[in-house]
Amino acid sequence: MSIKKHNLVPKHTLLTDKQKEKLLADLHVTIKELPKIRLSDSAIQPLEAKSNDIIKISRESRSAGNSVYYRIVIE
Amino acid sequence: MRPQFISKKVGSIKFRILSPKMIKSMAAAKIVTPELYDREGYPVDGGLMDTRLGVIDPGLVCKTDGLRLKDTLGHFGYIELARPVIHIKFVKQVYDFLKCTCNSCGRILIPQKDIKKFSEILTTIGEEQSMQAQHRMVREVVTKYKGKGKCPHCAAKQGKIKLEKPYTFYEEDHKLSPIELRAWLEKIQDDDLQLFGMDSVAIRPEWMVLTVLQIPPVTMRPSITLESGERSEDDLTHKLGDVVRINQRLFENINAGAPEIIIEDLWDLLQYHVTTYFDNSIAQLPPARHRGGQVLKTLTKRIKSKEGRIRHNLAGKRTDFSARTVISPDPLIGLNEVGVPEKMAKHLTIPERITEWNKEYLLEFVKRGPKVYPGANYIIRPDGKRKAIADFTMDEITEELTEGYIVERHLLDGDIALFNRQPSLHRMSMMAHKVRVLPGKTFRLNPSVCHPYNADFDGDEMNLHVPQTEEARSEAQVLMLVQTQLISPRDGLSVVGSIHDAITGNYLLTKELILSYPESVDLLYSCGVEDLSRLPKKEKLDGKEVFSALLPKDFTFYGKDKSGNQVKIINGKLTSGLMDKANLGEESGLLLRNLYSQYGPEFTAELLGKISKLGIAVLLRRGFSIGIADLDLMPQTAKLVAESIENSLQKAFNIIEQHAAGKLQALPGRTVEETLELRMLEVLNKARNKSGEVAMKQIKENAALVMARSGARGNILNIAQMSAITGQQALRGRRIDHGFTNRTLSYFKVHDISPAARGFIKNSFKSGLNPAEFFFGAMTGRDALMDTALRTPKSGYLYRRLSNAMQDLKVEYDHTVRDASGRIVQFQYGEDGLDVSKTKAGSIDVKEIVQAVIGEKQ
Repeated sequence: MSIKKHNLVPKHTLLTDKQKEKLLADLHVTIKELPKIRLSDSAIQPLEAKSNDIIKISRESRSAGNSVYYRIVIE
Repeated sequence: MRPQFISKKVGSIKFRILSPKMIKSMAAAKIVTPELYDREGYPVDGGLMDTRLGVIDPGLVCKTDGLRLKDTLGHFGYIELARPVIHIKFVKQVYDFLKCTCNSCGRILIPQKDIKKFSEILTTIGEEQSMQAQHRMVREVVTKYKGKGKCPHCAAKQGKIKLEKPYTFYEEDHKLSPIELRAWLEKIQDDDLQLFGMDSVAIRPEWMVLTVLQIPPVTMRPSITLESGERSEDDLTHKLGDVVRINQRLFENINAGAPEIIIEDLWDLLQYHVTTYFDNSIAQLPPARHRGGQVLKTLTKRIKSKEGRIRHNLAGKRTDFSARTVISPDPLIGLNEVGVPEKMAKHLTIPERITEWNKEYLLEFVKRGPKVYPGANYIIRPDGKRKAIADFTMDEITEELTEGYIVERHLLDGDIALFNRQPSLHRMSMMAHKVRVLPGKTFRLNPSVCHPYNADFDGDEMNLHVPQTEEARSEAQVLMLVQTQLISPRDGLSVVGSIHDAITGNYLLTKELILSYPESVDLLYSCGVEDLSRLPKKEKLDGKEVFSALLPKDFTFYGKDKSGNQVKIINGKLTSGLMDKANLGEESGLLLRNLYSQYGPEFTAELLGKISKLGIAVLLRRGFSIGIADLDLMPQTAKLVAESIENSLQKAFNIIEQHAAGKLQALPGRTVEETLELRMLEVLNKARNKSGEVAMKQIKENAALVMARSGARGNILNIAQMSAITGQQALRGRRIDHGFTNRTLSYFKVHDISPAARGFIKNSFKSGLNPAEFFFGAMTGRDALMDTALRTPKSGYLYRRLSNAMQDLKVEYDHTVRDASGRIVQFQYGEDGLDVSKTKAGSIDVKEIVQAVIGEKQ
């Protein structure tokens, strides 16, 4: 069973190094300031992420339609 | 001398135990005599009030730093104890050491080969939990090995250690004196200390047995001079005096070679005094007392519990320039005003600097002094010295006052003050108001601002704070004034609005009143409207026209009133619809919201004040009262109601009969009994609703009904319960079914399931309840009361946890929401970046904005 298929699990995608650089520059943030996500988190298992990768999460929000989050992979 | 401030960041804090060496090197004096003062009244050298420990008398100079009273911080001293004593606060730790180490070699009672294995586990416990947890673990490990009763290192036999509270240790039956204890603790190796989570540099166990006692500075225990000129020493000084006295006696006896028993006794006494010096509320010890029998307040009591330093002085700091009293309503003052009693205004002051331009003005305040109302209490010289204004200083002060002086004048009308009611759950719980000094002893506030504060007048108290600087005042005025807080950040609706009479009045005015021109003018003028050009010049005026005179000329609004009718305001004229709670009330309707967005905070606040006053003025002129007759039903209505009730009861009895005959059909998924109950409840609830409806339809127009219809207070159900039928009482969604065995009250027969026996009240409050009915009513009443009483603190605590967790989240300039350390919580505030208070009920009406921009009307 893949939890990715569940309609309540938002879409997780892995950013490439280039995208990551750009994002950090655009947002004017350092890696430390980003919200975190565990490497062991079930939602990112198929992505084969490493520590310090950035995960882009786009989810449907009741108030704002589509909203995008970024999380830094830890441990 | 002004202190020089150096700002540095605290990297870490480490706690350690003072070693005897440290105490000596910190000390400014060695204390050797219990005497305090000599015959001239000067402090004795080597006494507890030694001037090397700081001074508390004016004129004396501290011998250590050469400073005088108030400048010197004081210095520590020490006493050399004749015999060591245990520090009461370390008894537990000493006990742990004795139990876990060898009595002859001082090693920990764990075999060498296993030490390594445990040291890691123990350190992690110490780091992750606490030192206590680590000690507990050490004890556990040691008991595992202790079974053999021998030291794994030197094979010495280990006795059982006992602690006789509060501070006597025994090994088997041998009493361990503090000297022996100290010798034992000295033997413990530094490496073994690591296992206890202690760093041998910071903590050596033998320091837990005192050989020298530190004496706090005199400034920490100042004596007070009584009116009679007699000195009264601080409790700590008393206690230390005892310690020094006994210590000296012990020294003398030891030197004189007194018998062991006498020395033992004195030693015990010394232990007692040192113990109570640290903590005077040890369970097994009688507390040390004054001669009068009053318990001495020693070190532990100074810090701990409610009146202690932490909870009283640090956590419980109180602000100056603040006031608290009972609140009461005053519909005649403005929305953004607060009535302050004159007595308070004379104590709350505002500092004003004298300049070329206000010199004359401020001098008047000073001349009136502190007792006549618009006066002044203090002046502050340019060098920072403050001087009280009093009759005997008046001439001197008025003489010297020039530019650059600051006058602390009484609070005046129009000053800004912050007004607050706890619990401060949202930002509207603390708003800035303009002061209005009034007679009386309570704070007055406009009833319209009760809602944001969640205040009522059943004894509520509120706090007032007076900002003391120009910056603070202007900040409060710009950001916190009541009118700036009209729109709630929760849903974008107005949090203030007319209440009670103000709503009733406007409802009646816009509904049915026809006034003559003079009457209309009188009405409007009485609520502060001076521009009457908006009032049509006609003989007879409609109430709506009078109301419209308040509205701005170009205001257009479409909405609904409480009963669902269209409200139309076109170009400042109310043409249809009524002004009721849906439009004027708090947190309802877009009328106030639209006014706010079109005409701004000041105008809206003022208009709301006028509308409220208008409503009250209408009632004042028209008269509005309620009497028992308002609940009367017309004879034919009463008959209809009675019939309707009788009908329903008959239906209920039919159901019971069906059930008794076994003919009742069970509803799907229910037992027959459940079905019976459900059907009964349904029928009986219908009985109330139906008779209520009938009564409402037939009832004459009256005050109670007007209040319910306008939304001012009460609802239709309340009226029906008073005039027609109170109805079925229910507990947890069921008819009342408990009390006695198989019946609710002993008045009924066992297994009686008729409506009356199960909490159906067919009387109205006016016709009066019979005793059984009254009891059922009391049951549901108590249930409701308990429910609210239990729920309020629970939900309050839930809210508190949320608000504490989120308290320093902040929207940054880049629209991200971050916590105090700059970590991102949301990339966009609320995921959509909307300021809710700038929306209409949570969403933005794009169409309206477009229309406003391109200038098209609907």
